[in-house]
This record gives sequence, C-alpha cells and structure tokens, in this order.
Amino acid sequence: MKFEGTKDYIATEDLRIAVNAAVTLERPLLIKGEPGTGKTVLAEEVSKALKMPLITWHIKSTTKAQQGLYEYDAITRLRDSQLGDEKVKDIKNYIKQGKLWEAFESDERPILLIDEIDKADIEFPNDLLQELDRMEFFVYETNETIKAAKRPVVIITSNNEKELPDAFLRRCFFHYISFPDSETMEKIVDVHYPKIKSKLVSESLKVFYELRDVPGIKKKPSTSELLDWLKLLMNEDIKPEMLREKNASNLIPPLHGALLKNEQDVHLFERLAFLARRENG
Amino acid sequence: MFVNFFHELKNANLPVSLREYLTLLEAMDKDIPNRKVEEFYYLSRSTLIKDEKNLDKFDQVFGHVFKGLETLESDEIAEIPEEWLKTLNEKFLTEEEKQKIESMGGWDKLMEELKKRLEEQEKRHEGGSKWIGTGGTSPYGSDGYNPEGVRIGQKENKNYKAVKVWDKREFKNLDKDVEIGTRNIKVALRRLRKFARDGAADTLDLPGTIKNTADKGYLDISLVPERRNKVKVLLFFDIGGSMDMHVKLCEELFSAAKTEFKNMESFYFHNCLYESVWKDNRRRHTEKIDTWDILHKYSSDYKVIFVGDASMSPYEITYPGGSVEHWNEEAGAEWLQRITDIYQNVIWINPVDTKHWEFTPSTQIISQIISDRMYPLTLDGLDKGMKELSRNK
Repeated sequence: MKFEGTKDYIATEDLRIAVNAAVTLERPLLIKGEPGTGKTVLAEEVSKALKMPLITWHIKSTTKAQQGLYEYDAITRLRDSQLGDEKVKDIKNYIKQGKLWEAFESDERPILLIDEIDKADIEFPNDLLQELDRMEFFVYETNETIKAAKRPVVIITSNNEKELPDAFLRRCFFHYISFPDSETMEKIVDVHYPKIKSKLVSESLKVFYELRDVPGIKKKPSTSELLDWLKLLMNEDIKPEMLREKNASNLIPPLHGALLKNEQDVHLFERLAFLARRENG
Repeated sequence: MFVNFFHELKNANLPVSLREYLTLLEAMDKDIPNRKVEEFYYLSRSTLIKDEKNLDKFDQVFGHVFKGLETLESDEIAEIPEEWLKTLNEKFLTEEEKQKIESMGGWDKLMEELKKRLEEQEKRHEGGSKWIGTGGTSPYGSDGYNPEGVRIGQKENKNYKAVKVWDKREFKNLDKDVEIGTRNIKVALRRLRKFARDGAADTLDLPGTIKNTADKGYLDISLVPERRNKVKVLLFFDIGGSMDMHVKLCEELFSAAKTEFKNMESFYFHNCLYESVWKDNRRRHTEKIDTWDILHKYSSDYKVIFVGDASMSPYEITYPGGSVEHWNEEAGAEWLQRITDIYQNVIWINPVDTKHWEFTPSTQIISQIISDRMYPLTLDGLDKGMKELSRNK
C-alpha cells in the first residue's frame, strides 16, 4: 500500500515519503505549511488513494481533548430521571462517542484527520498523547477500555498559531509543505483545469509569482487563490494577451480580487502600478 | 547505524531525541526509503525534524555528514569526462601553454589547485542552488580549451545533475534567526500572556453549574470571574539618530505589541533614558513627561521593555550632562538603574546584530546595568526575552 498522489493531487516526492512512512509505521503525521497549500486536502486525497474511510475532526478554540474520546451527557440524563424515562437506568445511553472512538471502532482501517490542532488550547495535544500513542483509552463511566482494532492513520494539520509540545512532536512524523515552484504549480493547475489554454496558464503564473514577490505585501496569494483566479479568468474568457499588457492603462491584473484579500494590499499594489505608469509615461 | 549523523544533529543544537532515532531505524528496517539517498534524506527529515525553522540547519548537517554521497547515475556521467577531456585538452593546447602548465607543477597539481579553488568558491556560496561560474575570477587563462574552463564546466554539470536537495537549502528563510514579521512577533509576544480570573464573578460557569446541580439534585448556579490578560507592559522606544535604520523592524514590533497587550504604555526616548520621555514624537519638545512620574504611576508588577540600539558615546550613559540634546542633571546610568531597581522584569531589545555588540562599549555598559538582559530583535531573541519577562522572582 503506497501513496503516490492522485489524479487530482500532485504530491512531491518528500511528501509521498512522509505519508508512506506514517502509514507503514502507524505514527501520526503532522503537516504544516502556508495557508492554502493543500494541507487539509491531503487527508482527503490519501483516503481516496488508499481507499480508506476518512474521519475528520475539526478543532476549534473551544475543543477539548475529551470531546474526541467521548462525552457524558449529564443534562439529558438529569432531565430523563425527572421524567422517569426507562433509559436513565443505563449510563451507556448517555455516553456520546467522539471522533477518536469512532476511528478506533471502525471496521476498516480509517484515516483520522485532526484539522488545525493549533487552534485548540495549548494543553490539547498533551492530553491526547497517550491515546494517540497506544490507540486506546478508558471510559470511566462504564469501566471499559476502548482499543483500536486497526490503528488508524492519523494526519494532523497545523497553521503554526501555537507551538506544539515536544513530547507530542517526538511521536509524529513531520512534513512542511513548502510553496510549490512554478513547475509543480503548472502541474497542479493542469490537474485542476485540464482544458485551460497553456498560454493563459504561463501568463497568469507569471503575474501570480510577480505578485507574490511584491515587497511589503501582507497576505501573499496561495495555491488555492491562484486556482480560484484561473477559474474566474476562464469564466470571463480573458485573453492571455490581456495579462501581458504591461504598458499604459491596466497594470493591475484583471479580477485581482481573487488574489488579493486585503484592502491594504490592493492599495499598495495600485500605488505601485501608478508609480510604474508614471515612469513609463 | 547512523549514530554519527545523530550526534552531529545533536551537536548542532537540533532537538532530536533517541525515540525519533529509533523511529528512523524502524522505518529503515521496513524499507521505506527505496535505497536512494534522496528518499533517505526525506525520511530522516520528516522523522527527526518537527519544526520548519530547523529545516535549514538540518540540511546543513545532512550535507556535512553525508558529503560525497550521491546517487549512482550522476557518478557514471561524471566519471567519463575527466580522462577524456584531459586528452582532448592536450590535443588542443599549444606547446607554450603546456610549458606554462608544467611550470605550475604539472597537470595533476594544477587540477588539484583548481579543485581546491572550486571548493573554496562553493563554500563561500554555501552550497547555493546555482553553481556560480568562475571564468572571471580564475587567475588561469580563459580560453575555451584550457583545463579550468573544462573542469568548471564538468563540475557544474555534475553538480547540476546531482543537485542535492539538501544543498538547495530551500528552507533557509524559515530559520528562526532570520525572518521576522509582524505575525511572527505576535506569536513570540504571546508567550507573555497570562490569563487569570480576577474581579467580580459575573460569568456563568456552565460545567460547574452542571456538576453542582447533579451533585445536589436542584438547580445550583455558579459564577466565575471573566478571564483577562493580566500582563502589564511599559515600552520604551529609542527614536532618531542611529535608530533610523531600524525603524521598519521597530514599527513591526510596535504594531504587534499593540494588539497583543491590553495594558501597554509606550514612551519614546533618545539614545538613553533621562529625566523625561515623550509620548508623541512630533511634539517631543513641548509635551515631555517626567520620568519620575512614570516610576510613581506604574506599579512594580509592570514589565519593562526597552527597544534601542544602545549605540552611543559612553559618556551619554555614564556622565551627568552627557546627553547630546540637553543638559541632564543625572547620568543616564542612574535612570536605568532606578528602573531596574523598581521593576523586576526588565529587558532591552536591540535591533543590532549580536555580533556587533562586543565592539560597542555603550552596548556593554547598558547590558551590564540591566544585568545582561539584552536580546537581539530576532524571533529567537524575542522568545528568550519573553521567557525572561514572564519569570517570577
């Protein structure tokens, strides 16, 4: 069982090795990288390529590690007890399974995506150490141990908002998705929009990388923004020549709203364009 | 098996542990890398390194330990030309040129010399991704068929084919000692945050309420105070003069600090702290604030951060009247001493590179006054500074 990328996802060699190592050695894989370089999509694609079911656990600032295991719904039980419901006798009725439990009990070996782990509290990864290491946990309310029949492939993404604890990192494989070079980028575009005119692609890539190199830009456009922009260009049927027009009137690329998401960046770019125009004129 | 490699990583201060090393061996045992050095590189990288800021250091160590290790195909190509080109050269060189070569110690010596020179060249460029041609800098002739030209060409070819991934050092700008931007600063400053529940209990404690209700059997509502960031910061910025070149960095630091702390007061000073500071640089001469007032107003649990290059004449610190702008009754050193006496947590952040510090006497004097709590304005320095600030004495 080897992951080689899919027809919708270009995986570089280092990424493939990291994924395969994590799958074979049954250790979690930690993925970091600029926003929009396809961290979350990776899990979906691995699941497709290896034909394993995907279980996603989105982390928010309020998520607690315990919620991934199980939750004991005390409020419903209290209400049921006052209404005299029969269910109340069995505590199992009030245990809600979390995503980890779901993954551990899955019949097939699943992929568990823990998305944006850095959003949670700083202690969150530490609370999951034992569970991810041994792939088992104990349910106090019912006195049972839940153990993974088949150890799931765990993929964890992080946006670097918080440092992760060392003890946690030591147990993971790590891969940093760097921003694709223009060659890889062309492949990625090709995979997403096979019908796009190659001239348009190379022109727009040129504009795109130029834009990324503008000094002082706050939010650099990323792969996903490039793909959106290309889609718009195709929709509007913009000619490649229009992108190349560097002379007088339009120095700002058409439909730039898809690339620049911050009004300060747009202003900065407009100002630069204005200066360039003045120099030319 | 790779103990040497592991120790080299450890010596380079990379946070690697035995556990990760064992994981790497386990992966080797299961044949994950396909007996290709690139794959081994990727595997060891993803096993041993867990933070992108360390990737560049890892690349350097890897390049150093496994120097000369290349995949087979490129060696085959590299092997042929040396002899082949040698004969080719001898064929095309004139008698005169040959003698010139002889006088320099013969062909082999020349090649040796050249090789050394090339290595020097590579080192200076720190194994960058592109091999820089040396045509212009070589003291040897530059005609098409001379040995240097050929050798260089071949070397380039060899290198190009083998472009060792770790030698590309793609992750150089992720090294934490280099890049610094507003967002990064924010993350570093965030270390300082200390949340505490303080004040009136006015927020509903939901888990507490549920627990109490379940325990007692009737509805028992419990309240807790809201969580607030308790950290209070006094910021002193050096402005003007030699600080002008660092304005951009300082602006970034300032804008990051502003959003990160609720209780932050900032003041400006010039070169060294004296009896007055100001809040608005445009009206620095009209709206001065007495430094004594600040010392009285802000309690000792404030954390004090100075930002300045600490580059001035030593007299400006140690002598009364040393200031370049006005007559100061008391020396700057005394004012700094007062601050460190009152406030427990004081640091000085210096935008000048650490390696220049020892050559500036004023930097050393200030560093001494604030008991060595001076940190460079890099992510690493900020991190250390924040750690120092959050320490409770």
